[in-house]
Amino acid sequence: MSLATAATPVEMQSKATTLIARKRLVTLAVPLAIFAYFTYIFFAFDIIGLRERARLDNAVALVSDTYSYKTHVERNNRNGEIEISVEGERKGTYDATNYPSWVTVGEEVTQIALDDGGSIEIAGDIVRFDVPGFGLIEAMQSRSDGVSLNLDTADLPDWISYSKNRLTVATDAARLTLTKARTEVFVYEFGWELFWFTLDSPYYDHSFSEIAFGDPIDPTRSNLTGAWQDFWNNSIWRHSDVAWALFETVLMAFLGTFGAAIIALPLAFLAARNFAPLVAIRMAARRLFDFLRGVDGLIWTILLSRAFGPGPMTGALAILFTDTGSFGKLFSEALENVDGKQIEGVASTGAKPLQRYRFGVIPQIVPVLLSQVLYFLESNTRSATIIGAITGGGIGLLLTQAMITHKDWEEVSYYIILVVLLVMAMDSFSGWLRRKLIKGE
Amino acid sequence: MADLTAASLDVTRAHYMALTRQRRLYGGLMLLVFVLLMAAGFGIANDRNAGGFLPGLPHIFDFPADVISEAWEKRANLPGHLLRALPALIETINIAAVATLLGALGAVLLSMLSTQGLAPWLRLIPVFRRMMDLMRAMPEIVIALVLIFILGGGPVPAAIAIAFHTVGALGKLFSEVNENADLKPLEGLASVGATWPQRMMLGLVPQVAPNWFSYALLRFEINIRASAILGFVGAGGIGYELKNAISWGKGKFDEAAAVFILLFLTIMVFDQLSSYVRNRMTYGAAK
Repeated sequence: MSLATAATPVEMQSKATTLIARKRLVTLAVPLAIFAYFTYIFFAFDIIGLRERARLDNAVALVSDTYSYKTHVERNNRNGEIEISVEGERKGTYDATNYPSWVTVGEEVTQIALDDGGSIEIAGDIVRFDVPGFGLIEAMQSRSDGVSLNLDTADLPDWISYSKNRLTVATDAARLTLTKARTEVFVYEFGWELFWFTLDSPYYDHSFSEIAFGDPIDPTRSNLTGAWQDFWNNSIWRHSDVAWALFETVLMAFLGTFGAAIIALPLAFLAARNFAPLVAIRMAARRLFDFLRGVDGLIWTILLSRAFGPGPMTGALAILFTDTGSFGKLFSEALENVDGKQIEGVASTGAKPLQRYRFGVIPQIVPVLLSQVLYFLESNTRSATIIGAITGGGIGLLLTQAMITHKDWEEVSYYIILVVLLVMAMDSFSGWLRRKLIKGE
Repeated sequence: MADLTAASLDVTRAHYMALTRQRRLYGGLMLLVFVLLMAAGFGIANDRNAGGFLPGLPHIFDFPADVISEAWEKRANLPGHLLRALPALIETINIAAVATLLGALGAVLLSMLSTQGLAPWLRLIPVFRRMMDLMRAMPEIVIALVLIFILGGGPVPAAIAIAFHTVGALGKLFSEVNENADLKPLEGLASVGATWPQRMMLGLVPQVAPNWFSYALLRFEINIRASAILGFVGAGGIGYELKNAISWGKGKFDEAAAVFILLFLTIMVFDQLSSYVRNRMTYGAAK
């Protein structure tokens, strides 16, 4: 095979030629095989059909929701009542004392000033939408005739949709919907509204310096404690629940990882070639590890949540079961690589078996074990998010709940940011601990 | 070194004993704190759980027993169920394979861009490193759920989600491999005027490809598990079948058992296969 074994230069040359030809074939064949596989996947995954199924409007809603929020101004056309609320939520409804500054609610006319210079006026059953660069759109609804419009309905731009029952005007600054039942205006603004305080808090709409250094806003409480209480118990963003959920996720990872390590360590002795008393026991221990790993976190989660119900302990146990298998394998491999001389040395001083393990074996494997365990701690934080989504605990649960409603995307992005920060924090924490404990820095 | 009198030995010994005692004290304290943390954490987790640990313990085998007994009663159906779940299993494996391939390709590129000595733009190394950290920290389920919302259920969201995470995870490992590569072949290629892609392709890849392959194989095995889990939240494949069979409850447990068996066997087979291949690559064919 190798060139050096060739007897003559001619033979050597022919061998070199075939070798290069084969290498050339491989460099061509591998990309070709990958390409062929992707072609198969293209049809197996129905990529063409994907274009029809994809809902790009969902993507637009999601992205715009993550950096902006909308305020609903709604007139009930049956009884003429006006309601202004953030995202249409009951908890975010303004009352007459604290309407946003861009709305003026009068007896007859409600005026909305938009960021782009336009304005919307709701005067009873008539709506006037002044769109900069386009002109005035005036529409009217009545119970008998439905919705009527001042424009030529045959020649409307694509951001206006009109029918006898409904008019929708969507611009970047606002969206107007007019039906017989209600007149609805969505006004888009940048940011996450009510993130700090809800509308019922006295600290709403006060700046940070006013709260920190200004006069007491709520006479019964000091500014800082009051602000903290209202922030912590914010009923829309639920900061205290989120903090608990994050803690639960870390707890699952912590309990699962270290619990698995504690259980796996003695079992690993039974599975290591140089410590196992009997071949049968060694084989049994190894098959046990393979089984625990093979069943996988998903199945463990399902099985355990049947017995223990949803919650963080189920998640922790699911991690524990899977990782006992992984740790058992890794630890027993580490044990097979220990240096026998140190054990002999300890034994020569008359140490009993347990002492031999404690002083001859453990010091050798602790750095390896610790670094494995800490690596797993970080990756299990991520798994705990996923397991939490299935078994119902921690930030994973909040995330899926927020996603299922399909409207609170700003909360989803908030949770995503928190999860990413949490995993990164655990990554650097475990790295720091590893350096501290193993290298003794 | 001269003063080796008995007195100085005693001093040294006393000093040593004091140090040992202090070490033991610290070690014991750390152990105590750790045990307390574990116990307290277990207590909290137990309280927050719907069912407690002790009441649940006797019932831990109830569900497996139900599944097994029903599957045993209807064991004649089992081959049929296994056959019917096979396409879903293939989809799960395909998701993992596509994600590993795409993720490895992305990781190769990012790892080259973020390794000292290989990167064409030195200033951007930290940027690419942070990018990999971010991709690694993103749990697959987050991306999968968002993409399911946009693209609808099916294998594509799962594949993209897993590939995204794989780029970050493999990128870090690949760049560690790259750091150990010999730079002399690259310099040689540069001296004859090779462009950056040529230098990478001809100078770097032959050195590191076996290690890359070994890590990618390990990742493939992890990704099969991940793709089964994502199926459970609606991304298709065997996880989805499992969810359907289980949420049906009694009466479809034979189907659930079939899916359990398939999933277990698949994970076992790929686990053993990848560790066999990786062992062969590290220690050679002889062992």
